[in-house]
Amino acid sequence: MPYLGSEDVVKELKKALCNPHVQADRLRYRNAIQRVIRMPKLDQWGQAEVLNFLLRYEPRSEEELFDILNLLDSFLKSSSPGVVMAATKLFLILAKKFPHVQTDVLVQVKGPLLAACSSESRELCFAALCHVRQILRSLPGHFSSHYKKFFCSYSEPHYIKLQKVEVLCELVNDENVQQVLEELRGYCTDVSADFAQAAIFAIGGIARTYTDQCVQILTELLGLRQEHITTVVVQTFRDLVWLCPQCTEAVCQALPGCEENIQDSEGKQALIWLLGVHGERIPNAPYVLEDFVENVKSETFPAVKMELLTALLRLFLSRPAECQDTLGRLLHYCVEEEKDMAVRDRGLFYYRLLLAGIDEVKRILCSPKSDPSLGLLEDPAERPVNSWASDFNTLVPVYGKARWASISKCQGAERRGPELPNTASFATAGPLIPDENKERAQELPDSGALMLVPNCQLTAECFEKTWFSLKVAHQQVCRWRGAVHPDTLQMALQVVNIQTIAMSRAGAHPWKAYLSAQDDTGCLFLTELLLESENAEMQISVKQSEPRTETLNSFISVLETVMGTIGDIKS
Amino acid sequence: MISQFFILSSKGDPLIYKDFRGDSGGRDVAELFYRKLTGLPGDESPVVMHHDDRHFIHIRHSGLYLVATTSENISPFSLLELLSRLATLLGDYCGSLGEGTISRNVALVYELLDEVLDYGYVQTTSTEMLRNFIQTEAVVSKPFSLFDLSSVGLFGAETQQSKVAPSSAASRPVLSSRSDQSQKNEVFLDVVERLSVLIASNGSLLKVDVQGEIRLKSFLPSGSGEKSARLAQEMRIGLTEEFCVGKSELRGYGPGIRVDEVSFHSSVLLEEFESHRILRLQPPQGELTVMRYQLSDDLPSPLPFRLFPSVQWDRGSGRLQVYLKLRCDLPPKSQALNVRLHLPLPRGVISLSQELSGPEQKAELGDGALRWDLPRVQGGSQLSGLFQMDVPGLPGPPGQGPSTVAPPLGLGPASLSFELPRHTCSGLQVRFLRLAFRPCGNTNPHKWVRHLSHSDAYVIRI
Repeated sequence: MPYLGSEDVVKELKKALCNPHVQADRLRYRNAIQRVIRMPKLDQWGQAEVLNFLLRYEPRSEEELFDILNLLDSFLKSSSPGVVMAATKLFLILAKKFPHVQTDVLVQVKGPLLAACSSESRELCFAALCHVRQILRSLPGHFSSHYKKFFCSYSEPHYIKLQKVEVLCELVNDENVQQVLEELRGYCTDVSADFAQAAIFAIGGIARTYTDQCVQILTELLGLRQEHITTVVVQTFRDLVWLCPQCTEAVCQALPGCEENIQDSEGKQALIWLLGVHGERIPNAPYVLEDFVENVKSETFPAVKMELLTALLRLFLSRPAECQDTLGRLLHYCVEEEKDMAVRDRGLFYYRLLLAGIDEVKRILCSPKSDPSLGLLEDPAERPVNSWASDFNTLVPVYGKARWASISKCQGAERRGPELPNTASFATAGPLIPDENKERAQELPDSGALMLVPNCQLTAECFEKTWFSLKVAHQQVCRWRGAVHPDTLQMALQVVNIQTIAMSRAGAHPWKAYLSAQDDTGCLFLTELLLESENAEMQISVKQSEPRTETLNSFISVLETVMGTIGDIKS
Repeated sequence: MISQFFILSSKGDPLIYKDFRGDSGGRDVAELFYRKLTGLPGDESPVVMHHDDRHFIHIRHSGLYLVATTSENISPFSLLELLSRLATLLGDYCGSLGEGTISRNVALVYELLDEVLDYGYVQTTSTEMLRNFIQTEAVVSKPFSLFDLSSVGLFGAETQQSKVAPSSAASRPVLSSRSDQSQKNEVFLDVVERLSVLIASNGSLLKVDVQGEIRLKSFLPSGSGEKSARLAQEMRIGLTEEFCVGKSELRGYGPGIRVDEVSFHSSVLLEEFESHRILRLQPPQGELTVMRYQLSDDLPSPLPFRLFPSVQWDRGSGRLQVYLKLRCDLPPKSQALNVRLHLPLPRGVISLSQELSGPEQKAELGDGALRWDLPRVQGGSQLSGLFQMDVPGLPGPPGQGPSTVAPPLGLGPASLSFELPRHTCSGLQVRFLRLAFRPCGNTNPHKWVRHLSHSDAYVIRI
């Protein structure tokens, strides 16, 4: 198969972007890029690839930046979603200092994104929805007028429906709240229990802003008397009462009768909590709790028993006459018969608290509550576009930020894994790097300041050229006794991702070594080690391709750690 | 960049497996993928999954799983696009995409994959380029002949088999039988619209959304190897002249056909689009989406269906009576096929008695919902069904009397699915389809133009 047009183009661009000579000569570099952008015969894959490479380029001036943006403008109108998204990402990143340009781009990309959201391909639709959510987090009103596009249809798969419900929940505003809530209410009676529950939680989310309407809908849902609905509604009520205390009255009126339709642990906990905290406004609260106490022996969830203890004690403070007997029985059961130690200890604790006197109980149980506005449940603040621009059009929004973090974490562990045998085989010769040092050496890259890339291959000539073109950024001496064992040193440096370019043989005078390393931003660190025969000191000179002090310092400390430990062993 | 690509049947049997980079675990990833897919908890999406340092991205296409794995954080849009392009390509080369055709054409599929992707990077996906390198011919289950074609009835008479292409004529390999020229001169042009509608319980229209596309499937010989290709072979597609793009444009005297957004394939030449609504292109072999358009909220023609439900509910005896009247507002000459009404019911419905207006209709209970099948509905006709159900123990909303006309919660919304052959909801029509050049001199190419609308989601609240 011969290489086709687009492939050559991509190659050319790659060459241009990787060649240090071209990079050093801004004019040539710019020409290369402009030529590539103007290539007419790129197919969509080539275009997406080119746009991806261009992310590495940083325009020198504002004028150049807008020049490039103008040249790329046509890509935003491409019929291929892949190209449009790649172009959007590039725009967002290049224009990181111009928020209005970013907003413009996001307005332009609205059409293609919405088209992808209603695309026939479910998978494409899902990816687009994830990106819509990402955008909504920064620009909450962005898709509000298009809310109808996010209504679910019966035949859609579950994962798309869930995404759409989330989107609906995020784009709600004064104008569309009525329609959106009506739509969501339809979903609450869906055949799929999971989807119904997601819809109810979504209504709960909207209720933080539009409390009255939502509470009314939720109350109506209780009338259905279906277990899976009632339990979620009660949980939503609990969160709401906490966040929007003004709806407490309405919630308290809706609660009586729910207890018959709740079977699962989460729902029971929520109901018991509500009865305990707002029991004085619910006439039959003590009797409902009494029923729970009657059946406490057959209760399987310890969390429910804990909740019951606290709730009953709270209610006892406000309605002592009705609760005293029940509370006594519950405490007796918990202390004497309960097998779960946490519940038993909680029971004992409350018992002893009661012994200390009712005022003491009041002081402790009814002390000022924390301010809900400071709570964890509060909405996350709006995020600036720049915080996610680099994640746009990648797998991050598709997985979701939280899942991505856990994935990349275990991938990081995975990647480090294969290197371990290296150190292990080494350690048999003797503790090369003392444990605490090794930790430091490995932890440093994690601190975010410096991450050295493994397998950075630099040829000797390339090293030489770069070496002579740069100035020494840092020079220092470190203690060194005896001769050097080049192999040992080389392996030790390998462990921390520093490559050896050239090294004198053992015992040579003077002894020299040239090392190179590269961090994840592409910055090169070139190092010369020099050991004069008469001195007991190793002279270290470091050169850096991009002058940045903080990474330089962390690189030197990594190097020092290695040199220090090797030097120590020699003694 | 892709590490591996594989195709699984709907039951999880690997049909095709290709490793492009040799950087990962071997064939058992296919099995691993299927295990992960089936064991996925309900609230997670299966589109992107990961195992160790590998991401699985897949699409489902005609019952097959097309899966790519990668270890990089790549663009999901590009990759999904590539997968669906691969599906189209395989369809073009093997006739239609399916378990049978893939397993019959394994050699061809591998050859194609070799050419399309190199070391996990896309080389080209153009049928035009690829045909120079593909030597294997597709194995078709039974030889295609025009005789079969006549019995199928091309122009939308019976479209039971597939929603999109009303006949099987278009499902054959694009490049089959190099020697046999006479059968190849065919062009299929489909205008396909998907309709999603939401109607409120009082009959007012809440949402209308039409997603349309013009698809071209060309069997015309073209290519660099043949002499004919050097003569510019050009196709001209004339659309309705009153076709307006955007809210403000005005054309013709009538209300016109208005769409919100249009996007064209990059190979379409648009010089005559502004003046005469003519699209010009040099059709490559295989399938191509020439134009995509969207239209929302503003439909020129009346909606194809109206549903008038009335619900009687006697809470005391637990008897629920639903009377549905379905009116088809299509022009009298048109008809709707495979109409199915789906109505979710309250929990615990036990029995159903029905009175339907026609003998060919069918209604049954299943999955907590009522399904009413109407194989064929003529434009302008009206159909009705009376359904009586027993719903024991369904409690009413609090504070209402024993007998009420308000529908019980859990009933509805009704959704309809249907196909409308020879009808486009936007009103867009292809006026003509002209080929500037006759490929084989003596034979006139066959040109088939088809219009079809089908429902994506047609929901009526009750």
